[in-house]
Amino acid sequence: MSQVDPQLPTPHPFMANSAPGSYKELLRVAEVKEIEEVFEQIPKDHLFKGEWSVPSALKSEAALYKHLTGMLKKNISAENYISFLGAGCWQHYVPSICDEMVTRTEFATPVWGTPSSDHGRNQVWFEFSSQLGELVDMDFVGLPLYSYGTAAGHALRMASRINGRKKVLIPASLDPERAKVIYNYAGFSELEGHLEIIAVNFDPATGRVDLKDLESKLDNTVSAIYFENPNYLGIFESDAAKICALAHSVGAEAVVGVDPISLGIIAPPPEYGADIVVGTTQPLGVHMNAGGGVGGFIATRDEEKYAREYPTLQVSLTDTLVPGEMAFGLTLFEQSSYGSREHGKDWTGNSVYLWAVANATYMSLMGPEGFKEVGNSIIQRARYAADQIATIKGLKITWRDGFFKEFVVNFDGTRKSVSQINKKLLDKKIFGGKDLSEDFPALGQSALFCVTEVHSVEEIDSLVKALSEVCA
Amino acid sequence: MIKSKIRKYHAPVWDEPLVMDLSAPGRRGAFAPELEEKIAKATSEPSALIPASLARKTPPSLPELSEFEVQRHYLHLSQQTLGMMGISLFGTCTMKYNPRINERLVYQPFVAEMHPHQDPETMQGLLEIVYRFDEILRSLSGLDKFVFQAGGGADAAYTMATITRAYHASRGELAQRNEIITTTQAHPCNPATAAAAGFKIITLPLEEDGYPSVEALKAVVSERTAALMVNNPDDIGIYNPHIKEWVKVVREAGGLCFYDHANFNGVMTRIRAADIGFDACMYMLHKTFGGLKGGGGPAVGAFGCNEKLIPFLPGPTVEKNSDGSFYLKKEGANSVGRVREFFGNVPVVIRAYSWTRAMGIDGLRDAANISVLANNYMEKRLLQIPGVTKALPELTQRRLEMTRYSLGELTAETGVNCIDVQNRMTDYGVDAFWLSHEPWFIPEPFTPEAGELWSIEDLDYWIDVLELVCNEARSNPEMVRTAPHNQVVAKQGSINLNEPENWATTYRAYKRKYKK
Repeated sequence: MSQVDPQLPTPHPFMANSAPGSYKELLRVAEVKEIEEVFEQIPKDHLFKGEWSVPSALKSEAALYKHLTGMLKKNISAENYISFLGAGCWQHYVPSICDEMVTRTEFATPVWGTPSSDHGRNQVWFEFSSQLGELVDMDFVGLPLYSYGTAAGHALRMASRINGRKKVLIPASLDPERAKVIYNYAGFSELEGHLEIIAVNFDPATGRVDLKDLESKLDNTVSAIYFENPNYLGIFESDAAKICALAHSVGAEAVVGVDPISLGIIAPPPEYGADIVVGTTQPLGVHMNAGGGVGGFIATRDEEKYAREYPTLQVSLTDTLVPGEMAFGLTLFEQSSYGSREHGKDWTGNSVYLWAVANATYMSLMGPEGFKEVGNSIIQRARYAADQIATIKGLKITWRDGFFKEFVVNFDGTRKSVSQINKKLLDKKIFGGKDLSEDFPALGQSALFCVTEVHSVEEIDSLVKALSEVCA
Repeated sequence: MIKSKIRKYHAPVWDEPLVMDLSAPGRRGAFAPELEEKIAKATSEPSALIPASLARKTPPSLPELSEFEVQRHYLHLSQQTLGMMGISLFGTCTMKYNPRINERLVYQPFVAEMHPHQDPETMQGLLEIVYRFDEILRSLSGLDKFVFQAGGGADAAYTMATITRAYHASRGELAQRNEIITTTQAHPCNPATAAAAGFKIITLPLEEDGYPSVEALKAVVSERTAALMVNNPDDIGIYNPHIKEWVKVVREAGGLCFYDHANFNGVMTRIRAADIGFDACMYMLHKTFGGLKGGGGPAVGAFGCNEKLIPFLPGPTVEKNSDGSFYLKKEGANSVGRVREFFGNVPVVIRAYSWTRAMGIDGLRDAANISVLANNYMEKRLLQIPGVTKALPELTQRRLEMTRYSLGELTAETGVNCIDVQNRMTDYGVDAFWLSHEPWFIPEPFTPEAGELWSIEDLDYWIDVLELVCNEARSNPEMVRTAPHNQVVAKQGSINLNEPENWATTYRAYKRKYKK
């Protein structure tokens, strides 16, 4: 294997032309004697002359595998322990076929292609948008965005472009991760396009949007009201119709965030008045990936007023030169940043399009019955878990009713902090709920627990047992 | 002259219906876990747990298929995707091998089933890889810290725009510094994200040397300048040799300088962003560093900056304790907060780290050498094809990892344009070539990027197919204009998809508009 000629590259499995014969042929045809000739445009004083602190190659796959698994095996996953973490990234079951599709090299490695040659992938995208459209009851759906929070951020900017107003109301109960994205997207008052964000309190008795506070902050300068169903604290906004009606009463847009895995049993937002629906795509067949599984979407009625403000790309069903044949082409490309640079609608780029393959597969597998079953399974398991936890001395379920898969457990009665309790749960091989004490000090020592279809009764019971031990 | 034996090729055609049209009532593809009796007994019916106002009355009309039918449908669609199955020299995107070991690793629970809010004690392996990769990028750039939250190159450009905002706001200068300078050759995401962040955009046009002059830059730099956002080399393959002076001019005026390193492959291990003087840069892990494309993500725009900008980075960041363990550090008061939830597309970072370790520092050098050499090889052969010309031919220095060409002469002669040629090349199993970002400044552009993956035989095949298609454009222009003929479906029809009565992004819209 020793490389005798320092002018030649070392043969490498990822580079066919690192073989000496191929490399020499490139040099010969390109009429290059010394490789530095091809870098003649770069001034000498731009070149780095120091030492690199980049490790040398792990040449064999076997050595690389050992190195990487050596580190990764230090991780403890939600399959090693029982996890009750949710809060924006949720453990749901990922059907094997979803993983099969996203690991198919044909789907995993391409970049763009033409409507004819990447027809299959474009069809998956159309089926992603179509099936999501059925779940959320909307008929215009764009290709996916980076995340739930970025989808909400872009949707609020769409609303502002539609009605020219610069103020948006968001719930104070919002996930701090998503809220930080929305604040970032809202910009700075010194610059153009800034949105003023006003947080609406939640009712401490119900965990839902405080309608009185909402009404006091609402006037005809408000561009949009944003709320989520279920909200970050797990609770359904059962006054959704009222909130949407209030938005419409001042000419504002009602923007609603959803968890699509709930939509087999929960009404789609347009039924209670939503104008723009956003949400997460991660629960639909994508692993948590330490947060790398997140994705988002925007959906609206198929009206020009909305369609012409989308920042995303989208595919439309269309015809070909052959009568009766269908193809999928881009629609409204010119308004994207690719088409119009700074004059486009916000911006787009690489997103999470591969996850759309998993999402489409998931929705096809589940069908209407599967979504109903998974929704029912989740809501009953979560309720069971909350009811059992409520029996533990010193623990309180902050809001006993009206939640989907997440609920708030208050530990004030134990005189212990969530952080202490979670450390002890970890010793018992359990990831406790997301600590809320810093983000929501008004809730005291509280944690957001998440229970989904993956949690068996034995696992829930073992959490209850562990909690009663560590809280004693 | 055509060197290769042109293969007989036809794309797989399954005539695959829409999944919605494959549905048969009552078929099941998957069950949710059945409720255990203990839970069922202890808990009310779901209908009693859902607020009455929010119960779904009509089930979603999703397709009903058996599990195998779903699998076969999506397998057919995967086969009907050419992508990397043939040869893909999609310029600006640096098509690489995506090592299969990475898929084997990242779908295991020790990556896939990790939660971002886990106790860092339980994420040590993952945090170590992220930290080590940060160290590698610091070495390659000379900068001081990298973060991986941005979900793509455009999102990293957006990160820069928001950091620019936060930096000038912290100095009380934001109201005054509201302009960002870029060039026509910068990727559209630079002006687009800067505008979305609220800045006014100044775009410098190309001049005869292949880049805007220092004088043109000086004429627009002022006390209003917030930042410069540029790439170098650009997509034509031109390196701006005055870039150090550019950076100096902007920094002396109080602006920040961002290096969009989308075209890093050719200059990798030769130049470092910090040495040129840049405050920040961006690398695309899904392109230059072997992470996969996925047809458009999940991706990572790795954003790096110098000490001055660290306080403004989005959080949380991955840091190392004195005992060698790793932790997630909360962002500080001046941070931009989040550009996306959580600390990044971790599987993409793992793929990039893995690829970089497989290459080693010498492999990175070899990859840069091979990709620039291969581009120069292609140029020699491509310019021998009648009808193919090079952008800015008067600039005779060797181009870096890409060269932009024009088919304008071929179009003038035959009426066949670059999109027709692109379509026809797919008839030979060659993936679409990249044309050009907006604005086009030459007619009928195309931009191949050879990279280090493709063999000399692959490059020859690609060139030969282009030559063959140019010949066909002369002998049978109508056939080329109506191409492809060997693909999954024919060329897109004439329906104007920008008209509301025509577009249909969902099945329900399609049914309403077309199946009345």
